[in-house]
Formats: sequence, structure tokens, C-alpha cells
Amino acid sequence: MSESIMINIEKLNKSFGDLHVLKDIDFTVKESDVVCLIGASGSGKSTLLRCLNFLELKDSGTITLEGEVIEKDSHDLNEIRQRVGMVFQHFHLFPHKTVIQNIMEAPMQVKKISKKEAEEQALVLLDKVGLSDKKDVYPSKLSGGQKQRVAIARALAMKPDVMLFDEPTSALDPELVGEVLATMKELAEEGMTMIVVTHEMGFAREVADWAVYMHDGKIVEVGHPEELFNHPKEERTKSFLDSVL
Amino acid sequence: MDILTTFVDTFPMFFEGMLLTFQLTIVSIFIAIFIGLFFAMLKISKVKVLEWVADLYIFLVRGTPLVVQIFIFYFGLTSLNISGFWSVVLGLAFHNGAYIAEIFRGAIQSIESGQMEAGRSLGMSAGLTMRRIILPQASRRALPPLGNQFIIALKDSSLASFVGVYELFNIATTQGSINYDYMTYLLIVAVYYLVLVLLFTVIVNLVEKKMSNSER
Repeated sequence: MSESIMINIEKLNKSFGDLHVLKDIDFTVKESDVVCLIGASGSGKSTLLRCLNFLELKDSGTITLEGEVIEKDSHDLNEIRQRVGMVFQHFHLFPHKTVIQNIMEAPMQVKKISKKEAEEQALVLLDKVGLSDKKDVYPSKLSGGQKQRVAIARALAMKPDVMLFDEPTSALDPELVGEVLATMKELAEEGMTMIVVTHEMGFAREVADWAVYMHDGKIVEVGHPEELFNHPKEERTKSFLDSVL
Repeated sequence: MDILTTFVDTFPMFFEGMLLTFQLTIVSIFIAIFIGLFFAMLKISKVKVLEWVADLYIFLVRGTPLVVQIFIFYFGLTSLNISGFWSVVLGLAFHNGAYIAEIFRGAIQSIESGQMEAGRSLGMSAGLTMRRIILPQASRRALPPLGNQFIIALKDSSLASFVGVYELFNIATTQGSINYDYMTYLLIVAVYYLVLVLLFTVIVNLVEKKMSNSER
């Protein structure tokens, strides 16, 4: 595994009004790492993820992406977001476009690649997520698991360097969780750098290189999943794990 | 069956008027859609000054009678050598633009915020996401109230008769006064309006159906 640093965060702070959501977060992700963020709702996991994609803008601190300190004044955030893919809890597929159009949209509109090239790429991605037969249907005809796999393919179409997953299986019926996790696991095995906010401890255990426990806007504990789950060092981590496992 | 004979006799005349009413409506609505879209964008721009400009525009349109607006446009624009037809068209467009702005704003804000975020997360700019992702969905939702507004605009175009545009209603009142028989001509012109409204309704329904077929 390469040791180069993909994302480095120092002293990141973010507030919504009076609510201090992220407090002095320090956090490093190396290339090809799979990091699972766990913690109770309201602990700031999703906000942290959204700051990495600049959907939320930080109040203070530095975010370094592939060795480059990113600031909204000096960088085109649209360009940065192309390098950081995002998968949402509620998929947010474009309902007025077919599955393949969903995937082709950004590469054609943003990267200006030809329709033919975009289509070829999209077909490869659909094959990868196992949905080639659904290419011409509208998202409303898909199950939740299929929608999320299309959303993953859509994000991958921009050839991002990092993929962020914001509770990708939380909105799914239990029997559909497996197919999405399998897709994500495959992606991890190909060496994609991934940061995953999840409640799926099994996935974290099996796939993640690191598990990060967050509480009340702070990172409480970081460790290899087995270690963190079996021998948490902090009392807070222990009580959280007791409540979810 | 006097009225039927009159109806047939006056058909060529009223048909001309119907065409003019149709033109007034279509052209003014077409312009009003652009005005509406523009002010809807100002309203959702989150820039205070731009929001105020849009609010002021909507306040002016809502706060004054359409007939006053048409007279102001007519006397204002004809003094600049703009034809009566075009000054009324612009007056109607100015008026309907405000209502259409509110229709578009409502439709745009009804699209869940996740759609904008999804577009942005793929590296699309806010403008591109608005154009490619939000507006196509919003126009679908705006279609029923837009259709309604089109019908209102069609009927409102009758006010053009007060500034001498020879459209349907003007023909009816002129004929009524020449022949000392207002009722006959008013009943006849009502039929023409009903036919036009029916035509609009059918077209809007067809478009609505076509659009909903391509989704869900």
C-alpha cells in the first residue's frame, strides 16, 4: 500500500450558528485507505464528510488534498469536487434522467467528453455495479439498493481520487444492504481511497483499514477496526459500542 | 335563431379577432416566461438587493390593476413610437411575468436540496446544475399552474380593447353598439373565448401527459 497522504485535516472547525459541530478535528487519510467514521447521530461525522467535499465550508483549519492546501478563495471548488466523489444516504439520483444518463451527465457537461466516450465509460461502470440491464430505465423503477449502486457508478464516472460515503446503506431495507456493501468492498479492493460514515459495524470490521469514533464534534479514538471494536481504550467509545453491537 | 345567423355572418370578422387575441396571448406569455424565470432567479439568488428588486417588481404588479398597467404601457410606449399591439403585449408580459416568477420560484424550491448537492458533488457549477438538473424537474412541476396562468392571460387580453386593439372583445362591443344589440355579440364572443380556453386546456394537458410519461 502506498504511503502517500491523500487527505490531511488540521484544526478543522465548523459551526452552524451557535452550534459548534466540528471542534479542532485533526485527521489523515493515506492513499488507498478505507476509513470508517462511526459515532452517534449529531456527532459531526456527516458534517466532516461534507467539509471534505466543500458542500459545507469550514470556519477554520486547513484541508490538504493530495499535498495541496485547498481554500475556497484560491481554488475552483468545482474542480476540487471532481476529485472527491460523494455518495449520499438518499441517493439523489436525477429522476428525469435514465440510469445511463445519470452517469453520463457530469462527464459530458463538466469534462466535455464526447457522448460516445461517456456512454462507453458508463457501460463499464454499470457492468461493474451489476446493473447493465437497467441502463435505460428511470431511477423510480429501481430498488433502493440498485439506486445506490447507480449513485456509486455516477460518482465514479468523474474518476475521483477519493470517494466519500455518507451513510450509504441507512435508507435501505435490510435485505438490500448487502449488495451495496459488496459493491463498496469491491471498490476498496481495487485500491480506492474511501471515507465511509456508517453504522454497519460488520463492514467496518471487514473492509476498513481504520475506524474513527467521533463524539460531540471531536475524534475520540482512532484504531484498526478489530482493535477499536474489541479493545476500545476510551470509556466513551466503549459505551457507544456497547449500545450498537 | 337570429343569434346563429349573426354568428355565421360575423364569423370572418370574429375569426380575425380570435387570431389577434391568440397572438396577444402567445407572444406576451412567451416574453412573460423569460421575465418570470429571470425574477425567479433573483428571488432565489440569496443576494438581498436582488431579492428586493424582485419583491418590488412583484409588489408593483400585484398592487395595481391590470387595466392601469396596460394604459400606462400603452401611453408610455406609443409615445416612443411603439405600436399599440406591442405596447399591450409588453404590458401583459410585464403583468404575467410577476405571477410566473412566483410559480417558477415555488417549483424550484419544491425540488429537494439533494438534487443541487448531487450536481455540485459531481463538480457541476451551481448554474450548470440549475440548468441541467433543477430547471427541467421544476418546469414539470410548474406546468399545471403555468397552464392556469396562460388561461388567465388569454382572458385578460380582452383589456387590450380599451386601448383600441381590435381583438375579440373590441369587435363584440363595437358590433354591439353599431347594431344596438350588445347581448347577442357578447354571447357570441363568450363562445370564442370558451373555444380558445378549451384549446389551451387540451394543449396543456397533452404536454403535461407527455412530460410525465418520461418520468416514473
